[in-house]
Amino acid sequence: MLEIRFFEEKVFELYGQNLVPGTIHLYAGEEAVAVGVCANLRKDDYIVSTHRGHGHCIAKGARLDKTMAEILGKKTGYCEGKGGSMHIADFNIGMLGATAVVGAGIPIATGAGLSIKLRGTDQVTACFFGDGASNQGTFHEGINMAAIWKLPVLFVCENNLYAMGTHQTRVMLIENIAKRAVAYGIPGVSVDGNDVIAVYEAAQEAVKHARSGSGPTLIECKTYRHKGHSRFDPATYRPKEEVEEWIEKDPIQRLKRRLLEQWNISNEETTQIEKEVADAVETAVKFAMGSPYPAPEEALEDVYA
Amino acid sequence: MRKITYRDALCEALSEEMQRDKTVFLLGEDIGRYWQGAFKVTKGLAEKFNDERVRDTPISESAIIGTAVGAAITGMRPVAEIMFGDLTTLAMDQIANQAAKIHYMFGGQAKAPLVIRTPFGGGVNIAAHHSQSLEAWFMHVPGLFVAVPSTPYDAKGLLKAAIRGDNPVFFCEHKLLYPIEGLIPEEEYTVPFGVAEVKREGEDITIVATMLMVHKALEAAKVLEKEGLGVEVVDPRTLVPLDKKAIINSVKKTGRLVVVSEDCKTAGVTAEIGALVAEEAIDYLDAPIKRVAEPDTPIPFSPPLEKHVIPNEKSIIKAVKEIV
Repeated sequence: MLEIRFFEEKVFELYGQNLVPGTIHLYAGEEAVAVGVCANLRKDDYIVSTHRGHGHCIAKGARLDKTMAEILGKKTGYCEGKGGSMHIADFNIGMLGATAVVGAGIPIATGAGLSIKLRGTDQVTACFFGDGASNQGTFHEGINMAAIWKLPVLFVCENNLYAMGTHQTRVMLIENIAKRAVAYGIPGVSVDGNDVIAVYEAAQEAVKHARSGSGPTLIECKTYRHKGHSRFDPATYRPKEEVEEWIEKDPIQRLKRRLLEQWNISNEETTQIEKEVADAVETAVKFAMGSPYPAPEEALEDVYA
Repeated sequence: MRKITYRDALCEALSEEMQRDKTVFLLGEDIGRYWQGAFKVTKGLAEKFNDERVRDTPISESAIIGTAVGAAITGMRPVAEIMFGDLTTLAMDQIANQAAKIHYMFGGQAKAPLVIRTPFGGGVNIAAHHSQSLEAWFMHVPGLFVAVPSTPYDAKGLLKAAIRGDNPVFFCEHKLLYPIEGLIPEEEYTVPFGVAEVKREGEDITIVATMLMVHKALEAAKVLEKEGLGVEVVDPRTLVPLDKKAIINSVKKTGRLVVVSEDCKTAGVTAEIGALVAEEAIDYLDAPIKRVAEPDTPIPFSPPLEKHVIPNEKSIIKAVKEIV
């Protein structure tokens, strides 16, 4: 979680220095979701990610340096500079890529689930998407298909209350998106997405359910992004009190308190961890900054396999 | 050689590839044992290979293609059927933004070897939502291959090549071609992508045509032959990749070009092929390029209306006569 947080803070900082082309969608504040889910996954399990995907990559085990290099558009990045922040993939660790079309990853995850079933392995697929995606047709089509075929997929809805600037209450009449699972005859649970243990436990149950051949689960994680939708968004549509309330519920601070109070971890130890993670992120930045851009003519390569 | 229909040629291709490679499977609406495909292309396959590999789906075109994409990038070779070409609109994001771009966008680390089969074309009085020819849309999406077979031989050979290849293929079929018969060899074969075929040789004029229009062009050529005109009919067989060389070589020989396609004229197949020749072989032309295409209308229902907008041998002959 700390890796994701420090990484995202660094991306934000580099963006401010005009070193990141395009835009960025930061995962800061939502770390407990990716980490709680991916902690239950094996290397050969799959995840499908979104435009807000840096956290998913890191939680699944992607290298910080190659992730950062991709965000900076460098040749050494995961996609050799062809994808950027919104399209990072690492097929070696089952990270099937981030799609920037809201909701488009849902049927793709269903397909990865079908592939697992047809190949007869016991892998699972976790599909991350936001509250906004749950209003797309692909949500209905993809989850229904996974349900009827009992495919091993975790549909993980990161409900951060806002689809860009549109509050959930303006675009749906229900409070808990997990309720939609009823329509597909599958389990649906809403959890505190800022509590990594709660997410972990819900995902553990869903993974068990999926690996045993019982089919998909819809897990709604209530969370909040610390920053705006993208780098250009000052998020003025969010009341100050609301932001403060959620910052209070920051998943990393909550875990830290728990470690200190309940698990006998000392302040020195957490400081040491923080230092190690900060160093790792710094090394990744150095690698990315020192890497070359791809040659312009590489733009014409890899259109076809 | 043996005689077989276009429909059965496609079915044989699917069957042989499923037999050869366990990762090949089919999905689509009503393709399974109960209906066996709206046009019966998958007839008998569910019985032969089971319901897991010949998979009926809900009416969810976007998820059909999305599921095929997800399966393709994780080691399978799905062949998805969209019941009518018009309905590919419902899956456009998955086709154009996901399937087509995954290989490129992720820096070449992933392959999406899926085939999307779908019938285009009018002529059966089922109006504006079941009769279009939209192949040009898919030519406009880098990352997709586009096949347009006109004969049973090409249909079988191209479909087998499509399934074996590592790129997403948009495989166009034509409703009126399903029952036509043609010869195919007993032994195994494939038809490579990007290789046109001269379906008929001639010295005086080149007609480039695809799918049903190849047959209309051949009929027109027969009539024109009686009038002393040697017509060469070139069938690109795949629009992406396009065998530019074969088209240009024919134009170099004849000096005249008519391009025929059932899709709409504006920004369509005929526009692209016409532009190719104008750009790369205009010095060889002795007359302006003529295009015969659908006149930019939705496909109407009533038989006389529909006949009026779909190109046929008469409109082809008329175009030829305008430039000879």
